[in-house]
Amino acid sequence: MTTLTAQDLDKTYTLRSGLRFSQLRAVNGVSFELRPGRTVALVGQSGSGKSTIAKLLMQLERPTSGSLLLDGKPIGRRGKALADYRHQVQMVFQDPFASLNPYHSIGHHLVRPLIVHGRATSRTAPGAAKELLDRVNLPADDAFMARRPHELSGGQRQRVAIARALAPGPTVLVADEPVSMLDVSVRLGVLNLLARLQREEELAMLYITHDLATARHFSDEILVMYRGEVVERGDADEVILNPQQEFTRKLLAAAPEPGTNQRFLAEARRRGVPMPDHLAPQEDLA
Amino acid sequence: MTTETTETAAPPTTTAAIATTRARRRRPAPTLVVGVGIVLVIVLFGLIGPLLVQDPLAIGNDGMQPPSAAHLLGTTQTGQDVLAQLAYATRGSLLVGVLVAVLALFLSAFFGILGGYLGGWLDEGFSLFTNVVLILPGLPLMIVIGSYVEQRGLLLIAVVLAITSWAASARVLRSQTLSIRNRDYVQAAKIAGEKPWRIISVEILPNLLPVMSSGFVFALISAILGEAGLSFIGLGVVGTQTWGSMLFYAQNGQALTLGGWWWFVPPGFLIAALGCGLSLINFSIDAIINPRLRSAPANARRVRRAEKKEEAAA
Repeated sequence: MTTLTAQDLDKTYTLRSGLRFSQLRAVNGVSFELRPGRTVALVGQSGSGKSTIAKLLMQLERPTSGSLLLDGKPIGRRGKALADYRHQVQMVFQDPFASLNPYHSIGHHLVRPLIVHGRATSRTAPGAAKELLDRVNLPADDAFMARRPHELSGGQRQRVAIARALAPGPTVLVADEPVSMLDVSVRLGVLNLLARLQREEELAMLYITHDLATARHFSDEILVMYRGEVVERGDADEVILNPQQEFTRKLLAAAPEPGTNQRFLAEARRRGVPMPDHLAPQEDLA
Repeated sequence: MTTETTETAAPPTTTAAIATTRARRRRPAPTLVVGVGIVLVIVLFGLIGPLLVQDPLAIGNDGMQPPSAAHLLGTTQTGQDVLAQLAYATRGSLLVGVLVAVLALFLSAFFGILGGYLGGWLDEGFSLFTNVVLILPGLPLMIVIGSYVEQRGLLLIAVVLAITSWAASARVLRSQTLSIRNRDYVQAAKIAGEKPWRIISVEILPNLLPVMSSGFVFALISAILGEAGLSFIGLGVVGTQTWGSMLFYAQNGQALTLGGWWWFVPPGFLIAALGCGLSLINFSIDAIINPRLRSAPANARRVRRAEKKEEAAA
């Protein structure tokens, strides 16, 4: 079991327009700890630095200052140490339409990380890939493995992306807005899948989102970000029910009120207004 | 909340869906068939033709004869068989074209993809070099080099043509690579632990294939045209016959003023036909390689047809 600690992460981008340079401080002194079996939610509006933190954690960018510790030890940045880190820490991207290579089959996306991380040989990899597909509730057969990303729905693609992230056998999972690009009707299914996998594997998870309701439901701790800084943090229920900061209150007020929404829907149903399937009464989702 | 929706691939139920699945066993596009047909005929002529015809350089007494049973495409001013010359010239022109296209492909892929992916100072240097080569005027440069060198062999002409023709497609490849390297699936491959050379060759390169193959075909066309231009002004390959050299000799022999159309029309026609065939192939390449465009029009047609049938049945 692994704990990933971020200490005082800073990321400053230098922007150039012609001969003038300016500095953009995307992330400013952010610290948190991802522990096994716990989910930390990172919420905030667009441009608040959430995705930059994901990039820093995945070592796609280097922090300007601050450090990342894996089980108390500074993380490796190149060579074998970097490979080990990738073995431990994986990520699910926001956009399942962009995160799968249109040229390659679903099988390729799962088989490669299995082989790269030595979890399977090229002979055993297809079988292991099918097990992964099965774990994310996708049909585990050769026909599905041979399909290409464009033949799949958004929900199916995101499940493939989750299966790919699980392939190296990570202990830390970063989910960067995993459902924001998906159809409303399949969001809950994907979130529940992530929650189940986290329980089964005791994953340490960072759930990046701008949806406060799911953040409260699926995480233990919430960090509220505003302009690159963490302005409020604490127990999930505590932050939502008893927000201390002005910005958190604004964020909460901006979310649509489920109550009024339900009333509106009930009224619409009473009048017999036709509505899409996912808004029709659904007992099985409750 | 423990419900998880399971996504299964439902078997196709509607007629339209069945038609789409059936369309996976697709027929090639007509443009491709015609293009490949034209190119194949010319290539076969260039490969097999020289084995069947008489000596193209043998001089006879019957000069400037129109097509007849003895000489299917007539004779030149010095009584050489035009058909025999055409067969050897086709072989020569195709050889130059393929050689140049392969060289240009390697050069453009090296400078374009490597620079675009690695970025930094390497990219700056490669871009500068590409831009400098890009603004070198091709034909004048070829003329200068061609007139300086005494022994203008096939390889030399091919290298000169390749050096002056790779830059444009290198720029296209660079900009494509720049856009692809920042896509999520490349980042995902990085996170999955793939090595840089594998990311370039397995994740990025396949997505560049449509651009590269159309660049290849374009280089082939322009190399054959460039060689014809060089040969026509008498600076082409020495010792190898090409379509351009045939036109050069036809011009020297005053084929036009003497009305000897059989001497200059066949090579001119073959140049035009090959360009046309290669362009047709070029158009259909994207539809073949891009998985998203695969048999899309055919699918749409099948769906429409199936729906019509359904309507008629109802």
